[in-house]
Amino acid sequence: MLAHAIFFYIFSIIAIISAIMVTVSKNTVHSVFFLILDFISISCLFIMIGAEFLGMIMLIVYVGAVAVLFLFVVMMLNVAQQKNQWFNSETSSSGHIPVGLIISTIIFFELIIVVGGWKYKPELLNPNTNQISNEISNTHSLGQVLYTDYIHVFQISGMILLIAMIGAIVLTFRQREGVKTQSYLKQISRERSEGIEVLEVPSNKGVKIDD
Amino acid sequence: MTEIGLGHYLTLGAVIFSIGVIGIFLNRKNIIVILMSIELILLAVNINLVSFSIYLGDLTGQVFTLFILTVAAAEAAIGLAIIVVYYRNAGTIRVEEIDKLKG
Repeated sequence: MLAHAIFFYIFSIIAIISAIMVTVSKNTVHSVFFLILDFISISCLFIMIGAEFLGMIMLIVYVGAVAVLFLFVVMMLNVAQQKNQWFNSETSSSGHIPVGLIISTIIFFELIIVVGGWKYKPELLNPNTNQISNEISNTHSLGQVLYTDYIHVFQISGMILLIAMIGAIVLTFRQREGVKTQSYLKQISRERSEGIEVLEVPSNKGVKIDD
Repeated sequence: MTEIGLGHYLTLGAVIFSIGVIGIFLNRKNIIVILMSIELILLAVNINLVSFSIYLGDLTGQVFTLFILTVAAAEAAIGLAIIVVYYRNAGTIRVEEIDKLKG
């Protein structure tokens, strides 16, 4: 239990510090790296408390895909040298910062009040629903409910991913001018009449080819 | 102190959620960091769901977290695609210069 506490504090302090660094970092690339560190420590916490599948999936999906996507876009858009300019009021005297601080502290204390006053009523726990069993592993039990009870939600999430993929492709696709590419449709739908022309050449006179 | 309960995990989730909200308001640089703050907020929600799921012994929270991961990935892809298109058209993604909608 002591080891649990030590590891919890280590991982959560790393997570909180890197979350702060995501927001205050001067360089966007550093923000992405701290985001990766945050995801890794939170997934370590997930693995530690017994949700191994979700921890591994977070590593794969977030660190392997989403963070790399962020990094790719940051590098591509060349915004890394756009320095962070919050808190200098000579360029933009916006009133967002105190409002944001007030709102987020209010949200934080509301959440803390909810956590502190949280009492669980034992009769609300329906013992028939998706009990975590100790006999089979976490991945096994998730797979047992994911493909049976939640199959429709699972398929809808697949549709969401498909739509997101098509949407991203459609948004960023652009037809460039002046690119010479093969058009197979044009090639195979050529007729003989438009390809060649048979001319009756009179003798001792040239042929005028209009092109 | 050495007994880690549900409250510790929920507090961690609350802290990360608040940092995400602060990041959205505080950021004056570019929109990508705002998207990262949204990812932080979703991460905090995931922490809450997983810790409730573990401490109540109910698997539904973890299933829901899986779907939240899916939606977060889709949202990041679409948001970054919109940002790329906007940068190509306007040449900037600084937050205070994005004022085409006169908002």
